[in-house]
Amino acid sequence: MGIASDALKNFKGFNLKNLPEVEPVSPGHRACQGCGEVLALRQAMKAVGTNAVVCSATGCMEIITSPWPQSAWRVPWIHVAFENAAAVVSGAEAAFKSMNRKKIINQPDVTFIAYGGDGATADIGMQALSGALERGHNFIYFCFDNEAYMNTGIQRSSSTPFGASTTTSPAGKNSSGQSTWKKNMAEIAVAHGAPYVATATPAFPIDLMNKVKKASMVPGPAYIHIYSPCPTGWRCGIEESIEVARLAVQSKVFPLYEVIDGEYYLSRKVAKPKPITDYFKIQRRFKHLTDSEVSYIQGRVDAQYEALLKKCVVEDKKKEKE
Amino acid sequence: MSKRIGIEVSIAVADAVGLCDVDVVAAYPITPQTHIVEHLSELVADGHLNAEFVPVESEHSAMSACIGSAAAGARTFTSTCSQGYALMSELCYIASALRLPIVMAVANRAISAPINIWNDHADLMYARDTGWIQLIAENGQEAVDLSIAAFRIAEDKKILLPVQVNLDGFTLSHFIEPLTMPEQADVKKFLPAYKPALRLDPDKPVTFGPVGMPDIYTEARKAQDENLKASKPIIQEIFNGFAKQFGRQYKLVETYKTEDAETIIVGMGSIAQTAMTAIDGMRAQGKKVGMARVRVFRPFPAKELIDAIKGAKNLVLLDRVTAFAGGEVSGPVALEIKSALYDRKLTPKVGNFLVGLGGRDITIQNFEEMVERVASAKDGELPAYEFINVRE
Repeated sequence: MGIASDALKNFKGFNLKNLPEVEPVSPGHRACQGCGEVLALRQAMKAVGTNAVVCSATGCMEIITSPWPQSAWRVPWIHVAFENAAAVVSGAEAAFKSMNRKKIINQPDVTFIAYGGDGATADIGMQALSGALERGHNFIYFCFDNEAYMNTGIQRSSSTPFGASTTTSPAGKNSSGQSTWKKNMAEIAVAHGAPYVATATPAFPIDLMNKVKKASMVPGPAYIHIYSPCPTGWRCGIEESIEVARLAVQSKVFPLYEVIDGEYYLSRKVAKPKPITDYFKIQRRFKHLTDSEVSYIQGRVDAQYEALLKKCVVEDKKKEKE
Repeated sequence: MSKRIGIEVSIAVADAVGLCDVDVVAAYPITPQTHIVEHLSELVADGHLNAEFVPVESEHSAMSACIGSAAAGARTFTSTCSQGYALMSELCYIASALRLPIVMAVANRAISAPINIWNDHADLMYARDTGWIQLIAENGQEAVDLSIAAFRIAEDKKILLPVQVNLDGFTLSHFIEPLTMPEQADVKKFLPAYKPALRLDPDKPVTFGPVGMPDIYTEARKAQDENLKASKPIIQEIFNGFAKQFGRQYKLVETYKTEDAETIIVGMGSIAQTAMTAIDGMRAQGKKVGMARVRVFRPFPAKELIDAIKGAKNLVLLDRVTAFAGGEVSGPVALEIKSALYDRKLTPKVGNFLVGLGGRDITIQNFEEMVERVASAKDGELPAYEFINVRE
């Protein structure tokens, strides 16, 4: 047994009947219509509960929840800068640890959260996150990945998928949009030896909330990469956020899995995968792609998924035993 | 009674921070600050200091972690200098705006390029507009004393601002000096336990660091400036309280033989000690020279400084940083002083000298030359600033 699987021995999941009623992020925030990111934040924080300290990176979820004198936050929350949420949470966690030990406070069971968008995580905040994961602080990091710098107006990040048109990777005569493959942040977190790493999306809310709950039970750092549709940036309908997220899973573009103590578990096997064109066609950020570009992407998505399945042998072996 | 010991100043500063019973130290190593954080991690490792030492991966994360820690209500310390300060400077503005009483020792060092690990005040000046209180030590004893006073200043309910304790890199940080280490019991009496007004508390949630739109940003900045303004007399009161507890009196501006001085040197940090020796020599030759030393650079004690220098005909203003101003206006320390002189309609003859850059020694002879240069200059002859002791 590893540190995480040990801590999860008595894990009991959420279901539709026992969803937490708390709303640490209150309604009335200023997100765009159809925002998949704030939905993910709401679901995640419901699972975290109110005994928490939250450190926010600069970005959409910071701007829309904290326009002074209003705040959507019902838990203690701090925003400092763009690239340092993981470092800020390191300090907060260390402070609680020290003050609890010195009996200055008696709050031993607080859950520490840091979150940022994909730019704040995979680009500018990568170093701070790497440091915090490596040092082993007891916290959860949520990356709400909407695949570009949406808060500043849809500029590409290293998490923007290949072929997507953004305002700094525009499709044009000499460009097919983003020319690089999406950085795999979950794998980077795994490589740090974080005891709990998972991927999730608000299209599968129970799965997302269960993963957050598990992350909060595991001592040490946990990383959850949350695929968060942005109708504004992806140029899909505001009513299509959940649909596009579901298609991302069903087309193998964004597989849902957990890595517990370094062992991979597929959360949802895609038995009959949908073609990637189903996923592309409702988002205008991909509309310029040619057939050959689409088939190149399909090939690479398939290969990536197969590689993930191979890592998930543990799960298969378990099933064989059963 | 505390006894005098010989100790490296960095080690003594770390011991002083230990006496202040800090809860969290988050720091990243950079020469010449290293001995301070090494010794703090040693104190933690040996069980002499009950604190969390967070060995962050950069100075940017050092200040970020300090902000998280101080916002959580912990007494928090870090140390840096030079490039490290430059890297964390983004967060320094935020630490003061969030009103977090972090204390940071800066082992003052030049800023690249060329890369240079030696002493000047480039980092001190880099920090001047960040909203921090800046204290400046001249010797090891002062570095120790100011480190302790810094927590009282930072945590004062009427101030609540972060404080920098500046000590010259190598010249102070790496020297073994005779000094008196305060007793733990006395420090406890002088520095009560930190009780934050607001903290990241799940039982009483607050939002730190919200968005400030144009309709509130100016008010927020003014409120912060009001506190910095209000801090000046309180800092002096705290220095007075320090004197009562420990017997060593500090002032916002320290003076040396200024009463009848015709020429007054104004400077900061360890070069003042050389300057005072030079002054003794010049006095022996019958020259009426004195010195005013700026102990607190932010808030700038203009009134106290002018009171100290207003009788002088000649001023030798020292800047330990390059003034990239184009040659027609002075270096940063001289600018403050000239501005204060103008406001009071005082027009002494002023020479501004850029000295001791990147570890360049500044000698007694240099002081004599600068004093002579200003004293003998005709009206309008002195440039806005000039380099001293430089090969042309």
